Amino acid sequence: MMSSSFSACRVGFSFVMMNIFYKSVGDSLPELSPQKYFNTLQPGKASLAYFCQANSPSPSIFLEELNEAVKPLQNYGISVAKVNCVKEETSRYCGKEKDLMKAYLFRGNVLLREFPTDTLFDVNAIVAHVLFALLFNEVKYITTLEDLQNMENALKGKADIAFSYVRAVGTPEHRAVMEAAFVYGTTYQFVLTTEIALLESIGAKDIEYAHLYFFHCKVVLDLTQLCRRTLMEQPLTTLNIHQFIKTMEAPLLTEVAEDPQQVSTVHLQLGLPLVFIVSQQATYEADRRTAEWVAWRLLGKAGVLLLMRDSLAVDIPQHTNVIFKREERVPVEFLVLHDIDLIVSHVENNMHIEEIQEGEDEDHDMEDPDIDIQDDEVAETVHRDRKRQLPLELTVELTEETFNATVMASDSIVLFYAGWQAVSMAFLQSYIDVAIKLKDTPTMLLTRVNCADWSGVCTKHNVTEFPVVKMYKEGGNPVSYAGMLGTEDLLKFIQLNRISCPVNITSVQEAEEYLSGELYQDLLSYSSGPVLGLFSPTMTTAKEDFTEAGNYLRGCVITGIYSEEDVLILSNKYAATLPALLLARHKGGKIESIPLANTHAEDIVQIIKNAFLETFPEITVENLPTYLRLQKPLLILFSDGSIIPQYKKAILTLVKEKHLDSLTPCWLNLKNTPVGRGILQAYFDTLPPLPLLVVVNLHSGGQVFAFPSDQAISEQNLLLWLKKLEAGLESHITILPAQEWKPPLPAYDFLSMMEAAASRHSARKGPEYMKETGVQESDEEQHEDKSAIRKELTETLRIKHWNRSNWFKEAEKSSRHDKEL
Amino acid sequence: MGLSAAAPLWGPPGLLLTIALHPALSLRPAKASAPPHRDYCVLGAGPAGLQMAYFLQRAGRDYAVFERAPEPGSFFTRYPRHRKLISINKRYTGKVNAEFNLRHDWNSLLSHDPRLLFRHYSRAYFPDAGDMVRYLRDFADRLRLHVLYNTTIAHVTLDKDPRAWNGHYFILTDQKGQAYRCSVLLVATGLSVPNQVDFPGSEYAEGYESVSVDPMDFVGQNVLILGRGNSAFETAENIFDVTNFIHMLSRSRVRLSWATHYVGDLRAINNGLLDTYQLKSLDGLLESDLTNLALVKDREGRFHVTLKYLLEETNQTADAITLPQDDNDNFAMRDAYDRVIRCLGWNFDFSIFNKSLRLSSGGEFSKKYPLVKASYESKGSRGLFVLGTASHSVDYRKSAGGFIHGFRYTVRAVHRLLEHRHHGVPWPSTEHPITQLTSSIVRRVNEASGLYQMFTVLADVVLLKEGATAFEYLEEFPMQMLAQLETITGRSAKHGLFVINMEYGRNFSGPDKDVFFYDRSVGHIEDAWQSNFLHPVIYYYRHLPTEQEVRFRPADWPLPRPTAIHHIVEDFLTDWTAPVGHILPLRRFLENCLDTDLRSFYAESCFLFALTRQKQPPFCQQGYLRMQGLVGNERLRQHGVESGLLRDYAAVGKHRKDSTRQPRDREPTGRPRAPEPPAQAFNHDKEEL
Repeated sequence: MMSSSFSACRVGFSFVMMNIFYKSVGDSLPELSPQKYFNTLQPGKASLAYFCQANSPSPSIFLEELNEAVKPLQNYGISVAKVNCVKEETSRYCGKEKDLMKAYLFRGNVLLREFPTDTLFDVNAIVAHVLFALLFNEVKYITTLEDLQNMENALKGKADIAFSYVRAVGTPEHRAVMEAAFVYGTTYQFVLTTEIALLESIGAKDIEYAHLYFFHCKVVLDLTQLCRRTLMEQPLTTLNIHQFIKTMEAPLLTEVAEDPQQVSTVHLQLGLPLVFIVSQQATYEADRRTAEWVAWRLLGKAGVLLLMRDSLAVDIPQHTNVIFKREERVPVEFLVLHDIDLIVSHVENNMHIEEIQEGEDEDHDMEDPDIDIQDDEVAETVHRDRKRQLPLELTVELTEETFNATVMASDSIVLFYAGWQAVSMAFLQSYIDVAIKLKDTPTMLLTRVNCADWSGVCTKHNVTEFPVVKMYKEGGNPVSYAGMLGTEDLLKFIQLNRISCPVNITSVQEAEEYLSGELYQDLLSYSSGPVLGLFSPTMTTAKEDFTEAGNYLRGCVITGIYSEEDVLILSNKYAATLPALLLARHKGGKIESIPLANTHAEDIVQIIKNAFLETFPEITVENLPTYLRLQKPLLILFSDGSIIPQYKKAILTLVKEKHLDSLTPCWLNLKNTPVGRGILQAYFDTLPPLPLLVVVNLHSGGQVFAFPSDQAISEQNLLLWLKKLEAGLESHITILPAQEWKPPLPAYDFLSMMEAAASRHSARKGPEYMKETGVQESDEEQHEDKSAIRKELTETLRIKHWNRSNWFKEAEKSSRHDKEL
Repeated sequence: MGLSAAAPLWGPPGLLLTIALHPALSLRPAKASAPPHRDYCVLGAGPAGLQMAYFLQRAGRDYAVFERAPEPGSFFTRYPRHRKLISINKRYTGKVNAEFNLRHDWNSLLSHDPRLLFRHYSRAYFPDAGDMVRYLRDFADRLRLHVLYNTTIAHVTLDKDPRAWNGHYFILTDQKGQAYRCSVLLVATGLSVPNQVDFPGSEYAEGYESVSVDPMDFVGQNVLILGRGNSAFETAENIFDVTNFIHMLSRSRVRLSWATHYVGDLRAINNGLLDTYQLKSLDGLLESDLTNLALVKDREGRFHVTLKYLLEETNQTADAITLPQDDNDNFAMRDAYDRVIRCLGWNFDFSIFNKSLRLSSGGEFSKKYPLVKASYESKGSRGLFVLGTASHSVDYRKSAGGFIHGFRYTVRAVHRLLEHRHHGVPWPSTEHPITQLTSSIVRRVNEASGLYQMFTVLADVVLLKEGATAFEYLEEFPMQMLAQLETITGRSAKHGLFVINMEYGRNFSGPDKDVFFYDRSVGHIEDAWQSNFLHPVIYYYRHLPTEQEVRFRPADWPLPRPTAIHHIVEDFLTDWTAPVGHILPLRRFLENCLDTDLRSFYAESCFLFALTRQKQPPFCQQGYLRMQGLVGNERLRQHGVESGLLRDYAAVGKHRKDSTRQPRDREPTGRPRAPEPPAQAFNHDKEEL
């Protein structure tokens, strides 16, 4: 019923537009007397009037805003007027006092609403309020989740919903929603709220901003089913909403069988790209499902089409499964993307670039980042340090001549680097730092080879990338260093390699000393361990496996082997069944035993590595990768300084009770790892006080959850929170961005520069193509007219001075005729 | 030939089979019907033949080299006549990189033995040819190459046999009638037949190959030299201080190698006559087609130049010959000559090859060179490869394939092709993670000698692995064979490739080009594509080009139109390691081709990314996350903070301003931005305003 009156209203709109052209007025605010004003009111037509005292200085800011609102309101067929309440023509709308002046909205001569001027604080507010009042039925205002659910249920199978949240009525976003509702109000049910709690309860993030969701209810026939929702990701402006709704109206998935270059849909007109999922008869069903899935993910961001390859006349590269069309008349991109996420991120990244570029266009002060400026932190820092003289003399420089002799003569560490390669030069500094630390302790010979000079040496030693560190010991096969490229880890590697791996332990007493850490006391600070393998003398295979594992772990774990006749003394003492591992986690701590029956070397390595993983480690730059390998979400306690014991206790208790098995609990000391601040900044907008506990789901989804900072970190609170988290009742504070790492900046497009130059050139000359051989050409030349040759000949012989043009011709033709050595 | 091809058809099959299975056991009579077999036969123990022998030997292949002379390199025992090689023997470069130094060593062959470098054989920048003979002898001896000396192969035929590698054997017959059967024939016989032009009186001309090299024989003479190559100028150089004058006559204008960038053109070391000509010292250069020429000898034994058609006109006696000066009394060559010397270069000796080998197509150009493909395989017979100087048709007047410093690499390329074709050994390659891509290319363009010498003929190829997380690096592939890369190398090119080539500027080289024009050198990165001097060019192809695309590529392009192209700007020192001028633009190019971020990061940055992003840049994935992160030290950190590329997190709490760099603060909509460095120096200030 209402809707019909509104379509009339829209007819009126175009009529008004024509009037505007006709009279070329309407920009300015007409000033009328009350009498005159009421005479202008037409049935069914809306009008906003501000009544003011004729001779009083009126609130000028409001009038300015009202003046500005004239045009936009006229676009909706709403006239605006200022009515001067002159004495002789009083009206009941004329207020008694100045400050009671109000604006009134009429339809025909029926009063619809009155507005105190302070609600109409600016042009946006005026337009928003007026439309809000006129579209009372089209736009439902709700305040609770229940309202929304009722609305949703009522419209299932009937109509789709455009649900929006704005911070307040009268805001620019509110105006944008109302303007959209004016156009689409009859097609979709608009629902509006200003309740932030409502927004939160439907699981929105970034709730401080306006949101618009499209609820796909029309297709839902089963009332128990929820309506699918699509969030509009652009800021709420009239144009964006219009585009968004247009894309919602477009078919979710279109099947085409024509050249993608020619296909166009509403998306391209709206500046959105098209994604073609390439399909063929054989895989049609599966492809269609994939395409639908992609389409839902990209709804509002791109148009998705299913392209039937079989019936296609044009050629598509063989492996292409996705075609991306950025815009009209731009060549399509043929892609091979084997993952829906890849397709989505490709689209998002491409949209993103445009967005950034647009932003830059608007902001002329902002220069394009210069592609000639170094943005590689390693290259830049090494370059800035180029003038520093490193004490290179602390290491021995090897050459082609000295390499073999040196590494054969003494146990050596060799750094292979290249003088021009930034990463290896950055590491060279750490290497020199190691040399400085080892200056007075003769361990191994520290040497280096600059592969930029001695590339043959490097190739001979299988070094084709930089940097590489190898240890040449006792003339045996070199061992490649596989640790962190830093002073500390390399130093540790060198120190631990002073002893053999595994060490042969020869007596029970020595074994005890070894396990207690008395033996190799000086090395224990560098390593985890010690680890002792116990074998009876006959267990040769087991011993070999263990030796291999020990060898593999050289440089990070001290391993020992005991297989004397009296090994049972030890195995009894530590309740170990042979073959077994004994390991002491901390100096003087409890000694654990692990059975080793039929365990292969690689498994032994894994057992030892896992044994040294801590249950609640302090996470650092160095050890994070080790813990990330567990592929579990991290529970991180951020602490500014050492951890408070009671927190530690709480978490360790939970670990012990196996409540944290699905997580990797750890803590981060901002004093030791200041970069933790950068992490916190990425998680929180404003940094809450420390300590802070978060769960980071790095491996699936990237959600970050924060333990409420108003709660004490206690076992109970923590457990409760984790339970809620598990049940999905906690909302995340942020989701880590999932973009691919794209080129930070564009490259010079030399190809187009060359082609532009070539096309300028060929504008003068015809297009040339390479001839495969010149033989044919020269044969033709042979048949030139004989007399012409004669003439040419006498002429050239007569000319003593070079005739430039002739000379040129000759040179061109001659190519194959003179033969020389 | 017809007989031997028919033999398998008519002969008793049982006997033939036995012979094939037990060639070593076969007795004398059997030997006569089945000649000794070699998998590889190399014709000629010159530089190219020895180079191929070296690679075959190292690979442990069954091969033999056939040489008619009693020692290797017999060409150099007589040529060049004046004994000075014009190939550079640069012993000092200021660098110790052996591969780089080969860029300036034009005489050495490739081997693993550093003693076999030519600089140990001569101190001269332009060495004596005798040193080359000595060098080649040492090369063959030290490396114990299998050469059959004093064996002149007089005849080469084909023997069709389905069991042969190529469907036929090559049957070589020597001067004693001994036959050899070869699966693959490698022809490295060079160009040995002096080129002659037939015109009336051409018999009066002495040939370069036999003319006297003693200047005393030319005192006070008028000399006419036919030809304008290095041999002509070398001859002139030897005598121009004692002759009255020297005239040089050839069809084409002089081509100076410093203008054409082709080492076969006239080298500055030989061009003294240009000086005397241009400084009016009686010597001179003339252009005319020799085939229209005629020489007449007068009673005093002196030679007059006339034209063929004048001779044809009337039946004349020697006294009454019409000479051009009869009509045109200022005719340039109206003086009589005492000597005429022919220096017209050499042709390939086709005579020993049976027609069925189809080595020559009969065309004008193919009189000089046998017909080969860009893979150096004969177009007419599979399994026959042409090596060395004779293979120069591939890059004649373009690159160095006709000279030792060029063909030592093309021989290696042929050997790699054969290793794959017949022994299943794929083209050698190294595989690296994608983070090493920039470095791999930088390393090669800075040291590779094959790319440098054989520019636009041999190119390195980077084959991307699926998902572009890793790549294979192949060196010195014949780039015209790009479309056949997969069959030739046995490597897969399914996921895109880069081709690394060295090029001169498109319009820089040419006989009439001014190569000293002002502004010839390019220094700005954005103008790199206009670089004139030899510089690295990298082509990116999403898919391997097809044969059609290679054949019908645009004019002046060495390869078909790529998806993208990058020029590393020319460098005065040919040192392309400048971090911002050379490496950064290359990285950006590679990044944009691969659509990824190839920057390197310190461990701390990777740590931050690992905890704040779901995806990690390749450098962190392949380094830090495998516990091989780059830690860096405090000094470098400080530089990083000063440059704005790193943040001083320890100071973050103290200076709140820093937090304006947070992406989140910057973006009210909360949409994450594209990855970027932790902070960017160049927009930092603006955001604070």
